Amino acid sequence: MLVGVLCSRIRVEEKLLFEALKTHGMAYEKLDDRTLIFDLHDPAPFRKYDLILERAINHSRAQYALHMFNDWGVKTVNTAHTAHVCGDKLLTTQALRQHNLPVPRNLVAFTPESALEAIEQLGYPVVLKPCVGSWGRLVAKINDRQAAEAVLEHKQILGSYHHSIYYIQEYIDKPGYDIRSFVVGDETICAIYRTSDHWITNTALGGQASNCPVTPEVDALSRAAAKAVGGGMLAVDLLETPDGLWVNEVNYTMEFRNSIDTTGVDIPSKMVEYIRQEASA
Amino acid sequence: MTPCPECEADVPVDTDLEAGEIILCEECGVELEVVNEDPLELALAPDEEEDWGE
Repeated sequence: MLVGVLCSRIRVEEKLLFEALKTHGMAYEKLDDRTLIFDLHDPAPFRKYDLILERAINHSRAQYALHMFNDWGVKTVNTAHTAHVCGDKLLTTQALRQHNLPVPRNLVAFTPESALEAIEQLGYPVVLKPCVGSWGRLVAKINDRQAAEAVLEHKQILGSYHHSIYYIQEYIDKPGYDIRSFVVGDETICAIYRTSDHWITNTALGGQASNCPVTPEVDALSRAAAKAVGGGMLAVDLLETPDGLWVNEVNYTMEFRNSIDTTGVDIPSKMVEYIRQEASA
Repeated sequence: MTPCPECEADVPVDTDLEAGEIILCEECGVELEVVNEDPLELALAPDEEEDWGE
């Protein structure tokens, strides 16, 4: 069995996955997306892989590469469909809503004027997020009309077209933490609390990880969210609200360095076992 | 030890570095990418891009 690993920057997670692949006796080759050339008329160079594991740091590259691989019949984890949905917050919310899963209220607008009207409809504070992006980057909590006008103008003047797709989310007053669960295939393998004094709890921004028991509610909602976006190996962000757990986001190239010791679960091994299973299916 | 391409300070390096891995120069603080494992070669790491993430 030969696994290709689509990557560029090697994070702690990629090193852990390489080690796990070695431990499980699975041969792998790194496919650096900065050096790859795809001949759309000749998929042979990629058909030698039993499966390609996507670990690219650039969403756009991952999405196009996965699309080509899947079109050519090359198995991937995750699939192009899952990457397409999870890589875009608007599409993720849509997929979750289509499956009747609980999510914060969201409005979408395409101009600064309509975005301002949408924000006022939703009521302050609101959260403005780029549809594509991660690690809490460029996520803004907007507390009043003056802030809304300023951020919308900045986005219009300084941002690319992509920033004119205004994804506006109701602000959820979290209890100082959110929950990140890890779903591999049909199993919620573990979960963490991400605690922070800041309203953004991403561990990339300093949120502290601690073990979160996988309760039946966490398990059921996590698996349902993973299924809604196309399934695979996914990190699901859950918000605790007075009305129960809601799904916030789903990540398809999950980072897990802070969650192995915290949960006691060997996440890379679980991932590699799933890769073997998918490659053999 | 390998010289930092930014400040030329000696960067202490582990033996198990992977090409593509990022390390920090403790002297000047820049991120360095391992562009070659053997012989070890370091370059300034690319800046974060808009669609980077998980």
